[in-house]
Amino acid sequence: MMRHFLAALACLMLLATPLRAQDSFGPVQTLLQQHRDAIVKSSRKTIEPAIAALAGSGLASVAQVLEKWQDKALWVREADGLFVYAAPQGDALALTDIDSGEALGSVPKADATQIKPNSGIRSLIAAALVQFQLSDPDPARRLAALDAIARDPSATQLAPLRAAIADETDPAVKAQKERLERLLTLRFDPDEAARIAAIASFRGDLGQDVRAALNPLVATTRRTAAGGVPEGENVARLLTPGGADLPLSEAQALLVAAGALQPVLTIAERRTALVANVDGGSVGGFAVADLDTETARVLAYEALEASGKVPPAASDAEVTAALAAHVFYDAYAEPSALVATEAAAVLRSAETRIAINQAIDLTLDALSLASIYFLAAIGLAITFGVMRVINMAHGEFIMMGAYTGYVVQQVIANYTVSILVALPVAFAVTFLAGVVMERLVIRRLYHRPLETLLATFGISIALQQLAKNIFGTQARPLTSPAWLDGALTFNDVVSISYIRIAIFVLALVFLAVFLFIMKRTRLGLEVRAVQQNRAMAASMGINPDRINMLTFGLGSGIAGIAGVAIGLFAKVTSELGSDYIVQSFMTVVVGGVGNIWGTLLGATMIGFLQKGIEWLNPSNTLAAQTYMIIFIIIFIQFRPRGIIALKGRAAGD
Amino acid sequence: MSTLLEVQGVSVTFDGFRAINNLSFAIGPAEMRAIIGPNGAGKTTFMDIVTGKTRPDSGNVLWGERSVSLLRLSESQIAQAGIGRKFQRPTVFEDQLVSENLMMALRRPRNPLAVLFFRPARADHARVAELAAEIGLADLLGRKAGELSHGQKQWLEIGMLLAQEPRLLLVDEPAAGMTLAEREHTTRLLVEAAKTRAVVVVEHDMDFVRRLDCRVTVLHEGAVLAEGSLDFVTQNPQVIEVYLGR
Amino acid sequence: MIAFNPRNTSLLIFLGLLVIFTVAVTLMSEAYGPGLVSTSFVKTLGKTLCLCLVALAMDVVWGYTGILSLGHFAFFGLGGYMIGMWLMYARTEDIVIASFANSPLPPTPEEIVTGIATQIFGVVGASELPPIWVFAHSFWAQMALVVLVPGVLALVFGWLAFRSRVTGVYLSILTQAMTLALALWLFQNDSGLRGNNGLSGLQNLPGADAIPQSLISIWFFWASAAALAAGYLLFHWVVSGKFGSVLRGIRDDEARVRFLGYPVEGFKLFVFTLTAVVAGLAGALYYPQAGIINPAEVAPIASVYLAVWVAIGGRGRLYGAVIGAAFVSLVSSWFTGGRAPDVNLGFATIQWVDWWLIVLGLSFVAVTILAPKGIGGLFDAFQGLRTPDRKGAPLGPDEGALQEKEAVK
Repeated sequence: MMRHFLAALACLMLLATPLRAQDSFGPVQTLLQQHRDAIVKSSRKTIEPAIAALAGSGLASVAQVLEKWQDKALWVREADGLFVYAAPQGDALALTDIDSGEALGSVPKADATQIKPNSGIRSLIAAALVQFQLSDPDPARRLAALDAIARDPSATQLAPLRAAIADETDPAVKAQKERLERLLTLRFDPDEAARIAAIASFRGDLGQDVRAALNPLVATTRRTAAGGVPEGENVARLLTPGGADLPLSEAQALLVAAGALQPVLTIAERRTALVANVDGGSVGGFAVADLDTETARVLAYEALEASGKVPPAASDAEVTAALAAHVFYDAYAEPSALVATEAAAVLRSAETRIAINQAIDLTLDALSLASIYFLAAIGLAITFGVMRVINMAHGEFIMMGAYTGYVVQQVIANYTVSILVALPVAFAVTFLAGVVMERLVIRRLYHRPLETLLATFGISIALQQLAKNIFGTQARPLTSPAWLDGALTFNDVVSISYIRIAIFVLALVFLAVFLFIMKRTRLGLEVRAVQQNRAMAASMGINPDRINMLTFGLGSGIAGIAGVAIGLFAKVTSELGSDYIVQSFMTVVVGGVGNIWGTLLGATMIGFLQKGIEWLNPSNTLAAQTYMIIFIIIFIQFRPRGIIALKGRAAGD
Repeated sequence: MSTLLEVQGVSVTFDGFRAINNLSFAIGPAEMRAIIGPNGAGKTTFMDIVTGKTRPDSGNVLWGERSVSLLRLSESQIAQAGIGRKFQRPTVFEDQLVSENLMMALRRPRNPLAVLFFRPARADHARVAELAAEIGLADLLGRKAGELSHGQKQWLEIGMLLAQEPRLLLVDEPAAGMTLAEREHTTRLLVEAAKTRAVVVVEHDMDFVRRLDCRVTVLHEGAVLAEGSLDFVTQNPQVIEVYLGR
Repeated sequence: MIAFNPRNTSLLIFLGLLVIFTVAVTLMSEAYGPGLVSTSFVKTLGKTLCLCLVALAMDVVWGYTGILSLGHFAFFGLGGYMIGMWLMYARTEDIVIASFANSPLPPTPEEIVTGIATQIFGVVGASELPPIWVFAHSFWAQMALVVLVPGVLALVFGWLAFRSRVTGVYLSILTQAMTLALALWLFQNDSGLRGNNGLSGLQNLPGADAIPQSLISIWFFWASAAALAAGYLLFHWVVSGKFGSVLRGIRDDEARVRFLGYPVEGFKLFVFTLTAVVAGLAGALYYPQAGIINPAEVAPIASVYLAVWVAIGGRGRLYGAVIGAAFVSLVSSWFTGGRAPDVNLGFATIQWVDWWLIVLGLSFVAVTILAPKGIGGLFDAFQGLRTPDRKGAPLGPDEGALQEKEAVK
């Protein structure tokens, strides 16, 4: 029986092909020869059985054949009709046997024919290839194949993907495969119930891939119809022309596109049409000189329309009538109403969860912004709160710290070491600058806050220009070490960069250090004493001048460290400080002067406020800052002394 | 006798500290009253409440024949209603002439537009000169207030108070840092003023209070401890205890 | 009484000098004289007079009332924006109508408006006139806005700030915040005022193409001089009488003024608003001479410079503000205009364009510490006036109070 079959097969082959040595064919060559006509013909319509036969053969080298075929490296040798791999070798082709992989020598190009699969066939081949890649021994390649499918999903991948799940050994890859299978199912499975089940399985999932897969299912197109919504339309919602979702112009355009309305002319179009029909000083019987209002032009156009010189256009009355006679609606592109509804429901539930997660993300953002403001403001809180000295050059101390960090990085190449060096160096530099400024300027202006404000402004102007002269106007980079790159990601929505975490930690450290110094050290005790009653402190043997100098130096030094931190994520320019100064002052004022917790609360409030406003109006950060400042001005109406206010006689009222 | 000012059960707390504790007080339209009390008794806070600088947590302050509540009025409205205040430290406008200080205090319309278009008439100059004579500064009208001596500034401030023509004068330690002669002059000024209006003097100095010869209210820990003639209250054992700290 | 006031003599001297100066510049200009003073310098002088006017306003609000406002240059800029809207609209309207002259159809009003909008707002990618331009076609409406916009803004802001008793440095920071908010708002493209680009071409008066700039510049110079004279008279009147007494009282001891029965908030609000209006008018005269206004002009630092001028000139006296503004702004433009010679130190060359701001900043610090009376103090020294000896104590308890060494006598 078997022998008969083989003999018959051999006869068939003989008839079909002019080959001489088919006995020596390898199994793949045999298969190829069986589908020789289809392969050589390269038609999208007839090729499928050939590819299916290859893919289904279970032969080891099939994947290679398909790849070569796809890459147009599969040729037919003219001499004997044998399928070979060929690679160009100068003018000639180097041939390789398909089954054995032996070199078959080289032939001139004319002696072989290239099989050129068109793009349709190539995508069929690619789809067939997926199953081989999905079962590749190397897990990395399997994952790559999954990625490739996820990037460009299609219905053909569904079957091979399902086939590849059972044999998967790696649990992580298997989970991914199953997830991708459901993603493909919900889009491409012909069975509605299967799709709905797949959609439902994603309820509560926040992955962007899920949303990307579901969104096309709920995509709508805008349509119009006369009278009422036609049968069989999968309507998402009805629209009112002129409402928020459907501007009149769009409704008109829909009507025009549906052929229900003549085109509505714009002012420019009407003008062009009229100009084209100017005839000896008049248009359609109207004198050109009279056409200086739109009403006159409409009349002239209607006259032209009546005489057939211009295409008809809709009048206002026609537009109104057509609008009244039509309904407008959004229709799902997805034909199955059940699927669309379920997808919409899942998306809605996802949206709620996303909103919650976005709120968490926003909170993280706001916290990190708050910690930046806190860092920038804590030095001010010391100088302003403890000494009642306004230092408008505080922003420039921040800038000085950032530039110190930059200079240190020029000397020390290792980013980790350089940052660790930069922090104390920046503190030292700005501490010194603060002490010098206190000795030369501030000391002479105690109890004259407005003059201090202006004098420190003078210093701020000078320092800013000095930085510009030294470092130029372009931004200088302050690079963070590699271990601060990247972000801590919780899910597709919630993530926070390590650098912001580091700044948050730094802010907490500073809070702790500040509290320690003020509450637990002799210096802190003396500072508080001088703050509360300078004369009394002096008579107790405290040198208020020295304390003030140290306090001011401390505030300035902290500004320098804040500068390094801010420089890590913002550009270091001479304007760096002035970008933060107003917000820093707002932080101190809103929080309540003379209280570190107030500063913390102020920074938190301003950080959250700014992020909140940006979230409401994401396109426009400038406007967000404007609104924030206005809010603060109004806030100060209700709490002129800040969130935490000193009351009674201590307020010095 | 009708009352001009009545303070009813007023309390005020600063950060947990009760500065004024259920204080009640009343004074008639032409009466001199001295308020004495140790440091921290709430004397200055009492004045702050009456003049509108501090809002009490509870209680009421009623003013005049129609018993208007002062709690709803601002400092300037209270001042316009007829309550003048002299601070502990002399507060005159040191950068301005003595005449300018007095002119500013004259009882004339106080709203910005009226002030902007105000140009002093002969009568105004005459009144300023009269007041200056009364407080003994007639020769110093063209001098800056900052150049005056401490006592002269006190008188200038009293002169400014009189120029306001208030119905109630609140005077905080008018005799502090004065020589004996200056004190006598000050006493005369106050006694003269009390003939036509109510005067409340807050003072530490018992001699000075004795010179005023009027009813005395003793404050302690934000409440009235005793009230009566000076001799009467100095006999009060509680007052003696508070003052001598027994 | 007033006749004996030395401030009255200063008024007459000031007005006399201003007239002499105006006549001298006119006779030396290109339009009416041999051209010793170039047209561009006439413009610079005209602008300087406007800066003197806004400095006067600043002096009244800061030097007399003790409110260190860091917002008055914003009011100045707002005035400039308001008049700039009319200038730009009317000028563009002329251009658009002219461009329709050769078209086959006469333009409709809608087409003209669209044309103007495209011309003005093409640069920020818009082609519709924003709603705030609704009055831009009318000179008188925009002139009213020159007064109303800064006035109302100052009124609202001042009412909020003064009502809650925000004083001293808090108030300064708050005004600075207001200025920053305004500048940031103007910086965005959809503010309706061309964002970053600002308004430009303001030197071209609509319908005055035939008149040479030399003539226009001298007219603006006259207008600026007249405005300065009027402003000086107005403020002199405001600060000389009892009103001035109250203002200085508020500066030195606000609480005392309140206990005298004066509604301090009302006075502050009146002064704040009045000076804001004058600042707006000064800006409306300044920017047609400058030709361009953009949000950077409104930035908080500009208001700080304004305070710097007044401080260097000597606050608390009107002529001090004028001297300070004229002196600093002219010297600034000389140094930053690249006309000052470089200084060769051997190892380095000092280019004033780069170093002027440092010199200005530090000299400002020096003036604040060493010569609080500013340049005006020289006049006192000349007149042999001495200040009352207060043994170093300030003249009042408030943060804006005059210090002993600043008192004019």
